Amino acid sequence: MNIVKALINNLLIILFGTSLLFVISCTKESSKVIDYNNNNIDYGGYIINAMSAEPSNLIAMIAGDSASSTIANKIFNSLIKYDENLNYAPDIADSWHVSDDQKTITFKLKKNLKWSDNKPLTSADVLFSWQLITNPSTRTPYAADYLLVKKATTPDIYTFVVTYEDNYAPALDTWASLHILPQHILKDEDINSTFFSRKPTGSNYYQLSKWISGQQVTLESNSNSILGIPKIKKLTSRIIPDVSSQFLELTADNIDLMNINPIQYQRVFPAKPELQKRMALYKELGNGYTYLGFNLKKIPFNDIKVRQAINYAINKDEVIKGVLLGLGEPVASPYKPGTRWNNPLLTPYSFNPNKALQLLSEAGYKMNKEGFLSKQGKVLKFEIITNQNKQREMTAVLIQRRLKEIGIDVSIRIIEWASFINRFIKTGEFDAVILGWSLSLDPDQFNIWHSSQQGPGQFNFLGYHNNQVDKLLEKGRRELNVNKREKIYHEFSKHLLKDSPIVYLYAGYGLTAVNKRIKGIKNPAPPAGIYHNSYDWYIPKSLQRNEISVQ
Amino acid sequence: MILYLIKRLLWMIPMLIGISLISFFVMHLAPGDITSNEASFNPKASEESRQKLRKLYNLDKPIIIQYSLWLKRIIKLDFGNSFSSHQRPVLWEKQDKSGNVIKGLIQESLPITLLINLIVIFIIFTISIILGTISAVRQSSWVDKSITLFVFVGFAIPGFWLALLLMYWTGVANQWLPISGLHSLDFQNLSALDQFIDLLKHLVLPITISSLSGLAGISLYVRNGMLDILHQDFITTARSKGLSEKKVIFIHALRNAILPLITIIGLSIPGLIGGSVITESIFAIPGMGKLFYDSVLMRDFPVIMGILTIGSVLTLIGTLIADLGYAWADPRVRKGLVK
Repeated sequence: MNIVKALINNLLIILFGTSLLFVISCTKESSKVIDYNNNNIDYGGYIINAMSAEPSNLIAMIAGDSASSTIANKIFNSLIKYDENLNYAPDIADSWHVSDDQKTITFKLKKNLKWSDNKPLTSADVLFSWQLITNPSTRTPYAADYLLVKKATTPDIYTFVVTYEDNYAPALDTWASLHILPQHILKDEDINSTFFSRKPTGSNYYQLSKWISGQQVTLESNSNSILGIPKIKKLTSRIIPDVSSQFLELTADNIDLMNINPIQYQRVFPAKPELQKRMALYKELGNGYTYLGFNLKKIPFNDIKVRQAINYAINKDEVIKGVLLGLGEPVASPYKPGTRWNNPLLTPYSFNPNKALQLLSEAGYKMNKEGFLSKQGKVLKFEIITNQNKQREMTAVLIQRRLKEIGIDVSIRIIEWASFINRFIKTGEFDAVILGWSLSLDPDQFNIWHSSQQGPGQFNFLGYHNNQVDKLLEKGRRELNVNKREKIYHEFSKHLLKDSPIVYLYAGYGLTAVNKRIKGIKNPAPPAGIYHNSYDWYIPKSLQRNEISVQ
Repeated sequence: MILYLIKRLLWMIPMLIGISLISFFVMHLAPGDITSNEASFNPKASEESRQKLRKLYNLDKPIIIQYSLWLKRIIKLDFGNSFSSHQRPVLWEKQDKSGNVIKGLIQESLPITLLINLIVIFIIFTISIILGTISAVRQSSWVDKSITLFVFVGFAIPGFWLALLLMYWTGVANQWLPISGLHSLDFQNLSALDQFIDLLKHLVLPITISSLSGLAGISLYVRNGMLDILHQDFITTARSKGLSEKKVIFIHALRNAILPLITIIGLSIPGLIGGSVITESIFAIPGMGKLFYDSVLMRDFPVIMGILTIGSVLTLIGTLIADLGYAWADPRVRKGLVK
């Protein structure tokens, strides 16, 4: 009888649709009792996580996609890295010293470092990596920063010295992102096509053990790791493009960790107590912000009052609530809130339609009979374009509604990425865009906001030009003293906010669901995010998966 | 007959050139190239480096030059390498100087797509012929009506939706079948037989979903064909000479009714190498659909052209096989060909 009942039940599930899918709790949740309170620090264990895309090339200077760098970051080290508070910390280099004229940086490497194949890692490898990225035949988009180095030398096997033509403040940041590659393997290889990109030898806490194309990448602990042997022995990243499928795998306990979206965080998890028993949710400020940017070369956006008015007319809290279900923060500068570069005195434009109308009337706009603002017979209307991104589309709709209320006629166009960039951004044929920039760790924003960066394919495509900002950006690039630098960028953010070339909309949270078996994750997440200490995570013996195929 | 075959084969050459030329130009109508993907929209990536890449891949040359360069390579059956940063060969594996074998993209994606599609086509045709015949024989009965309803519901249901429900039901609520992927994680430690069973288990849902939407077309085709035939004089004759109903339907009617299916089978040959992006994404199957879709988004021209070329060759061969199959099955057509 039970079988018949179960069958009918299951049929009902099919009939009642996806909306119920995640709400109907199933009766067969695993009944074994697991004590998640065990906190013994043990070695061993196995994490399985999900990635939406397959890494392309594990040589980060060539790859460029985020899947590749996620994996490559666990295999390779840089000279220095960011610690949990986003300050510089030793990685391969034990210490570094900036000369008095701020043009020379001397890195002292840690002693007795080894690659995972037991060959020594020395300053020669560092020099080699710099030579690789600056070699004109290397197909890397990131060479520009490293070409500023006038001279790079290795006085001994533990010392690496770089001298810049001119002071270059983002220098340390660039050395925190350049992966050091093994010279002994790559010196006779063509870096662009080498098999090393699929079978790397690194120095960080994991090494590649298995890569099945289109299906999974498995990493195993590297016993020569610079950070010491990681506690969790193995990490398999399964490649599952669809987020709903990832979530089903998570529900079935087949994966331990995945990035989730606001709906899953706010609606699905609270409705599934049995999932909550098993999974811990983490929330951290992500690395980017979303903005509405104006084409400043076009009427009406060449008028600062119009831009400020629109800024006042958009309700950012509403956008955060509507699009991110509250899982985001408003920002007022291009820097991560909580870091030193963010100017704490700045606050976003408040939601104030009356102020917006007042500014627009100062700019010469009057309400016409149809209820739209117009100036010299021309209705105030524009088009917002954005790429196919659900959050940006929803944001556009909310903005459209708010602006309609004060009499601005907004239309929306959604365009596939490559067309978006080539037909609109590069040609400058757009009114306004919704896009995102990363909240960069180094404060230099020269490429985005300096007036010299407006050529086709460059990143000041909005056409922002402010002489004071230009000067500040130039100065900030040359100032290696952090305190002085901080002041420069606080000043820069102030101008940027006032000029309102963009409306800061939100910085969303990165949301992660992790199985509670995995311990050692800092909560609340530090500024660098939960992954910054992933080599320190561990799984108590009693909670480790029944090991499958651990060699 | 042989003369006819040679003529048809020779005709394929200009047709292929025409198809590839049109594909090449249409492909370039879409704005952007490999340097304009989302990852390269990064202030740290300079425009100069993008120009360098464009030059390296000859993307700065006029399209007609790019096409002739491509044609020159393809004549030597060299499909080139992907523009993507992994630089993998498009079609078939290559060996580097230290003996590492780099697998081709199509080589890696094709087998699984082919396997799924062959099974799906087999299932669709078998079930459709059965359902169509039953429908026709029991025309207008409740059996006929419910079959028609079933195949149309199968056709109309969004595949991704049903897929998620089935995944939940068979994978989460009951743990009968794996949810996504092609192999279990311990696949390599299994015996050959278990590996095969493991693969089949992973394929049950994708195949079910893909088959369901295809039933409607073919089964109605069979049903209508059968109805036409059943109303013809020779069926009445067959009945009147006292043949059993079984013989009338299966030997006289069905054979004639499924004749046109040969064309459909022939025409579905090129479809064999195409996969559904949606099904493949949901079930995490690294097949041809996803490969093609991703390369279009990336503007990875060599891969797009590689897949299109193979697709068009298969289409031409498919129509030829359909024609020949027709001739083989139907003496009337055979006579026409020889003339």
